[in-house]
Amino acid sequence: MIRLIQIETQKLWLNRASKILILVSFILPLTVILLSSISINLFSFLNIKMGEIGMFNFPMIWHVATFTVSLFKIFFAIVIVSMIGNEYSNKTIKQNLIDGLSKKEFLLSKFYTIVIFSIISTILIGITILFIGFYNTELTNFKIIFNESEFLFAYLIKQIGFFSLCLFFALLIRRSAFSLAFLFILYFVEWLFYGLLNRITNETIAEKIYNLFPLHSMYKLIDQPFQRVLLVKFPNNQEKLLDYTVYFHEIFIVLVWTTIFLFLSYFLLKKRDL
Amino acid sequence: MKTILTLSNLTKKFGQLTAVKDLTITINKGNVYGILGPNGSGKSTTLGIVLNVINKTSGNFEWFEGSITGSDALKKVGALIESPNFYQYMTAEQNLKLVCRIKNISFKKIDEKLDIVGLLDRKNDKFRTYSLGMKQRLAIASALLNDPELLILDEPTNGLDPQGIHEIRKLIKKIATDGITILLASHLLDEVEKVCSHVIVLRKGEKLYSGSVDEMINSNSFFEVKSNQKEELLSYLKSNPAIKNVKIEGDLITAFLLEAIDASDFNKELVNQNIILSHLVKRKESLEEKFLQITNNNN
Repeated sequence: MIRLIQIETQKLWLNRASKILILVSFILPLTVILLSSISINLFSFLNIKMGEIGMFNFPMIWHVATFTVSLFKIFFAIVIVSMIGNEYSNKTIKQNLIDGLSKKEFLLSKFYTIVIFSIISTILIGITILFIGFYNTELTNFKIIFNESEFLFAYLIKQIGFFSLCLFFALLIRRSAFSLAFLFILYFVEWLFYGLLNRITNETIAEKIYNLFPLHSMYKLIDQPFQRVLLVKFPNNQEKLLDYTVYFHEIFIVLVWTTIFLFLSYFLLKKRDL
Repeated sequence: MKTILTLSNLTKKFGQLTAVKDLTITINKGNVYGILGPNGSGKSTTLGIVLNVINKTSGNFEWFEGSITGSDALKKVGALIESPNFYQYMTAEQNLKLVCRIKNISFKKIDEKLDIVGLLDRKNDKFRTYSLGMKQRLAIASALLNDPELLILDEPTNGLDPQGIHEIRKLIKKIATDGITILLASHLLDEVEKVCSHVIVLRKGEKLYSGSVDEMINSNSFFEVKSNQKEELLSYLKSNPAIKNVKIEGDLITAFLLEAIDASDFNKELVNQNIILSHLVKRKESLEEKFLQITNNNN
């Protein structure tokens, strides 16, 4: 396993473009979070209400931060898609196999990298959250601090799931730009199906089926926090409350998709002649 | 003799097309094999199958008498397929390190192998700055990294300039004298003739011939003769039972032999018959002539 990770890290780290993109995908979202939390404190006379809402306090920070940071995952998605695209266009995948890497090992080296990237990203965001949270919250109650830390776990699963989808698309289409385009197409296809289901059945059933789709199931892991933030401001308006809890079944659905994408990728690799 | 690779009844179909048909080959340790065949005869497909990049349709192949299988067997093999495929943004050394990681061997031999192919002083240059000849030499260094039990070279001089071709050939000869088993696929016959001890001739995915180079060429030697007494010479040649057939091209008469005749004996006999030659050469058929015969006979 270490050998496979070494192989993949060498491929990624020596490539300047992917090195920059990886660093950006680590640094940029955290900077955005940090800056916004600091600037809100700095200009508190302007944003007094934002501070009162407690966006950057425990426990809401877990939710707000993981949601915001996960919007930046496109950078690493580009890395995955282009590294697979390059392996095909430069035929280095062929050379790897000839040199004695099995197809399974080839896929695993990519998947391990995805998992490790996601873990590092999760740890970094975790540290940032603790940092911002302690900076903004004056309580030391252990229970409240870690009350919603399950969002961090949801974030990890969401990353792994999404990048596995990218891996599969990249292997399926083999050309980076088209693979990324397919991601967007999938997004619209899911959305169209949802609209269609909404017309055929009723909203509850449509919603339930929509939640099973790959991209939407990943999105559902960490629901948007805006409504929740606003609710703090208008506590009386609770009639259409969005249930933002991370449920076990939501995690399960994403894990099932991850497994499916991995097996489909393996199947593709195995079946194709190079 | 230790067997390195056995193909039994290997077949590959691409849709309607059968690229490799019922191929059975044995590669023994210590020999230098040439796979000959025109373009599209299934050479690269066959190599692709044993190298794990193309799926076979039916039949079987076995590495090292079945003791190791799959990608583990390939770790003991070095292969250069068509064009050199490396990471453009890595230096030569970094590319070879990656190969070492894949093959699970130490980095110790990198400098040694780069030296063999004459790239040691360029090892810190990016692969993308290399000329085609240098890329091909790097690919050979890469294939040698693990001191392979079998070195597979598929058209190693393809697309190179004369100097590059010369360098690669010199390198292959040097490697061959080191006793490494080599499998060289090529459609350049003199390349194979100069380097290989055994040949396998393929056409349209079928094996037409396999055996040692000497056997293939030796069986047919011939005389090229000229004389002012053309008619007498021809009637003598046609009556001689040791001569299979006679070909006439202008003044030049070529007599193909059924059995070995010494050139001086032949000359003496002709003088006894009062036929005086102005030109006498005894030649063996080149691999090229033999190859064209084999492939044409089976049309």
